[in-house]
Amino acid sequence: MDPFDLGPHAGFIIASYTVTFGVVAALIAWVLIDRAQQRAALNDLERQGISRAGQRQDKS
Amino acid sequence: MALWDYANPTRFLRLVDIVLPWLIAACALAFAIGLYKSFFMAPEDYQQGDTVRIMFIHVPAAWLAMMCYSVMAISALGTLVWKHPLADVSAKAAAPLGAAFTFISLITGSLWGKPMWGTYWVWDARLTSVLVLFIMYLGLMALWRTMEDPIKAGKAAAVLTLVGAFNLPIIKFSVDWWNTLHQPASVIRLDGPTIHPDILIPLLVMALAFTLLFFTLHLAAMRNEIFRRRVRSMRMKAAASAHPAGATATAQPAE
Amino acid sequence: MSGWVGALFVRELRLAVRVGGSGVIGVLFFLAVVTVIPFGVGPDLNLLARIGPAILWIGALLATLLGLDRLFQADRDDGALDLMIMAGRPLELIVLVKCLAHWMATGLPLVFAAPVLAIFLNLDPVAIAAVTATLLAGTPALTLIGAIGASLTVTLRRGGLLMAVLVIPLAIPVLIFGVSAADAAIQDPVPFMTPFLILCALTLVSAVVGPFAAATALRFASD
Repeated sequence: MDPFDLGPHAGFIIASYTVTFGVVAALIAWVLIDRAQQRAALNDLERQGISRAGQRQDKS
Repeated sequence: MALWDYANPTRFLRLVDIVLPWLIAACALAFAIGLYKSFFMAPEDYQQGDTVRIMFIHVPAAWLAMMCYSVMAISALGTLVWKHPLADVSAKAAAPLGAAFTFISLITGSLWGKPMWGTYWVWDARLTSVLVLFIMYLGLMALWRTMEDPIKAGKAAAVLTLVGAFNLPIIKFSVDWWNTLHQPASVIRLDGPTIHPDILIPLLVMALAFTLLFFTLHLAAMRNEIFRRRVRSMRMKAAASAHPAGATATAQPAE
Repeated sequence: MSGWVGALFVRELRLAVRVGGSGVIGVLFFLAVVTVIPFGVGPDLNLLARIGPAILWIGALLATLLGLDRLFQADRDDGALDLMIMAGRPLELIVLVKCLAHWMATGLPLVFAAPVLAIFLNLDPVAIAAVTATLLAGTPALTLIGAIGASLTVTLRRGGLLMAVLVIPLAIPVLIFGVSAADAAIQDPVPFMTPFLILCALTLVSAVVGPFAAATALRFASD
């Protein structure tokens, strides 16, 4: 049972795992990049002196 | 009710900060065990050979594709019935994840189908239903993106999600009917209950790993969405204080 | 009670027939789709007879989708929709009446045009009767399901394309059973009545789900 010998259809197996890995990596990258962007925007706005207290008043 | 304690976004964010590292660790551990088991422990299937290893990612992805829609349907109920403030955040964060896992299950399914059935795609009832599900995910994402106001978009998407949840069984039933009319079922399938434990255990571990991955990404995406809404309302506030006259003019019709 | 329903129905029907004659344009589009298909698949009459019901159904689906943006858009633009919501009448019933009038103006002409177009596709008389019957039973369902999409996208400027993407997955069962019933009349793999009755059931179900979902979406869109 050699794990690196995937038989005659190795290409399909490798392709499946590659696609899955790629999509999951893209999702993780999306979450991380999005987070960095929103954090930066929040910090930027807070530096301009716009407080979040006002945001709470809007909500209620 | 415990769920209402987290109606406050700040409290929810604190919970996410605590839970997320543990979830990431559990997810990584489950993937390590699952991948090790599926490559080193699981034997080759006597009929399918090594292609059975595609199943270890295909079946969990298909499971998540359906579970994600359930999460969205419950979130839609949360938006429309209980008016939970985080429900539409949850639904919006889940839609891209659902689309991604549906895409994975479609691609791995056709890559599995080529060596097994000799073709990448058959208009089989199950495949066709998943394709329709994929289109519905993309449609919901498009609806979220086109609508400017996140609250209105959330409500519209919730209506569509619930109609879709009602419609999916009908679609499945009608596609089954259509499929039996047009082609005799001759597709080789793995029989569900008779899977050997050597294959079943890695499959279950991988399913657990994918589920943990989903919840990790879902919580992280929800956190991003809450931040995005804060940024949005702060920008609107900044714009309103910069142009007070315009702000009062637009505020009045909304009353 | 019935007075305002009748008045609303007559108003909707008049507007639908008058404004640009969307029913006639829908039939023209239907004709154009059916004309284009033989250029795509070739002029083989046997093939056309075999896929004829499917062509007519897809043509009807597309024509219905194109006409749907008229369902709520104009009323929203001139404020009539807000008046209807505030009038205190059940909005679900208003949506149902609007759908019925819209179907009379756009769906029914398609049903009448179908037998004529079926001749181009080399369908025999039994098949023509079957396709027309299934379209008569099924196109109301397309309008009612489409009402959901139309109400969801009513606030968007260019919602037509998005609406089509949202509606088509929901319309798949109607298409399947409509074409199956028409095929059953020609090739009889199953009795005609089985899929036809399911098609009728789908129309009745969408007469319940469509107005409720559309009314919910319209209320959210207005506030």
